[in-house]
Amino acid sequence: MSEKQEFWRWKEYRWHDESMDWKDADIISAGVDIGSVSSQAVIMADGKLYAFSNQRTGFDSPESANQAINWAMEGTGMTVKDLHYTVGTGYGRVNVPFADKALTEIACHARGGNFMYGPSVRTLLDMGGQDCKAIRCDERGKVEAFLMNDKCAAGTGRGMEVFADLLAIPIEEVGELSLSVEEEPEPVSSTCVVFAKSEASALLREGWPKNKVLAAYCSAMAHRVVTLLERIEVQKDFAITGGIAKNSGVVKRLEKELGLEALKTKYDSQIAGALGAALFGKALETKRRKN
Amino acid sequence: MITAGIDIGAKTVKVVLVEDGGILAKSLVLAGIDTAATTQQAFDEALAAADLSKEKVERLVATGTGRKDCALTDREITEVGAAAKGAIHILKSCRTVIDVGAEEGRTVRCDENGKVIDFAFNEKCAAGAGTFAEGMARALQVPLEELGPLSLTSRRAVQMNAQCAVFAESEVVTLIHAKTPRQDIARAVLDAIASRIVSMVRKVGFAQDVVLIGGVARNPGFVEAMKRSLEMDVYVPEDPEHVGALGAALAAAE
Amino acid sequence: MIANYGYKDGSGDFFITIDTDKCDGCGDCVSACPGGVFAVGEDPNDPLRDEPVAIVSDEQRKKIKYTCNPCKPDHDRHPLPCVQACKPSAISHSW
Repeated sequence: MSEKQEFWRWKEYRWHDESMDWKDADIISAGVDIGSVSSQAVIMADGKLYAFSNQRTGFDSPESANQAINWAMEGTGMTVKDLHYTVGTGYGRVNVPFADKALTEIACHARGGNFMYGPSVRTLLDMGGQDCKAIRCDERGKVEAFLMNDKCAAGTGRGMEVFADLLAIPIEEVGELSLSVEEEPEPVSSTCVVFAKSEASALLREGWPKNKVLAAYCSAMAHRVVTLLERIEVQKDFAITGGIAKNSGVVKRLEKELGLEALKTKYDSQIAGALGAALFGKALETKRRKN
Repeated sequence: MITAGIDIGAKTVKVVLVEDGGILAKSLVLAGIDTAATTQQAFDEALAAADLSKEKVERLVATGTGRKDCALTDREITEVGAAAKGAIHILKSCRTVIDVGAEEGRTVRCDENGKVIDFAFNEKCAAGAGTFAEGMARALQVPLEELGPLSLTSRRAVQMNAQCAVFAESEVVTLIHAKTPRQDIARAVLDAIASRIVSMVRKVGFAQDVVLIGGVARNPGFVEAMKRSLEMDVYVPEDPEHVGALGAALAAAE
Repeated sequence: MIANYGYKDGSGDFFITIDTDKCDGCGDCVSACPGGVFAVGEDPNDPLRDEPVAIVSDEQRKKIKYTCNPCKPDHDRHPLPCVQACKPSAISHSW
């Protein structure tokens, strides 16, 4: 029996640095980001990235938090008891049973972005599954201005998932496919995902190829995010985190409209929040030991 | 004089034929890909129902979101003007018209002559219109027309946190998983739309009597939710989705 | 820090902006607002700040367009109670 393919579903995975022995570290800190769509756990040994996991959030936040941390620790011999300080963040941050503290995504993303992209980063755009955040920060990763939009699905990963499903295109392929158009179409005129979806259905019925419809949606999404960013005043350097950072169709159009190139990183952009949380965990553990 | 009002909405096209203030015939056709063809079909159906040839119709006026592209008509009026004219024709004491369609919510305050004093819109966001209920009915796996009756059997008010129609669908699924009774979820959905509509209504102010029109007014659960939220009775005409087209037909006769 | 609470959706931009560098955490906005939009407490966006600050609560953030409506009639609009109550002028609205 074949199951219905879920085009919006992306791959879950984990990683740990096999060249490191965590037992040598003085402070083991962890950050757990329970988003509405995906959950990440990051473990740091003395402020160096040691392990992480990235998975879909289940219906139960505490259970998702346990799964995320256990998966990150898989094959390392580490257990939750070995974590000196854990910070929970994200939409389900208060539901991380083993966390010492909960912090907002805003604070954590700024800190994580500073680590991932270096101190020159001033503007961070995080496009998550169910929200979109714009943060301006200083060279230490301290927030100077922010806005967070989690009321509306436009400009979020969830909105993109709706489109991937409508067009039956695997979510990872949306970006490249949207860039394969010969000529850039007019953006979809509705901001609202529900209305944009009816608009896209009408375009498909008119005979538009899928890549052209995706191009129209990706550019509408990029434009919307640019107008959001204007509120916090974009400064160089600029970086994008979150699931949508992996969608070249949105990123390329966003860069073009802003006239700025987003910084690249060797890290997985989806772990920025959890990474920042783990960094705060280290700082807070250091503070705790001093007192 | 026989006149026609054509209301081209987001989901449906409505036509009303009027002679000397009396309604001759009505029609409603689901909007297809080709709006011009749908409009023609709705007009033909109304003519057939009234047993008239199109030459007998002296004037045609269009209204609705698609009114500007209507090839049949020689004049157009706004949805706001059409709603006020239609509603006051049906109920003389009407001072506030609330029009909730598939993609837009509207409120109009008018004087005793049907002259518009003030109005406001909820538009471009599915949270404030009928489409919101459509998505939630899908998530609840009940036909849209059963959502209202189902909500009326609810004994307990539950709160929905999501504002966006896309996020609310996931919230409905979460509520189902949490074993929340379906009728309570149905009520929460309709309460959510009503509270957004009423917030818009309060912005322009309202006076009795209140007439509720548009396709969503057919939903008895929504009507109850509006009464609760406004804390007053509302009047729902027999064919609430045809009031705009009626207003346009009446305007054509002037 | 310029904290923008609210959202942008298809119908427009609805943000309440609090300049946390100006905010002294007095709480006058909390009592002035008839919709209960504000709260004063630890800054959840700045773990290293010690002083309390005004915030817009999570449940209010997503519906301020509707909650603020009564203070924003289309005609005869008076100054907003929250903006008027804030002595250091830390609060502004985008709409």
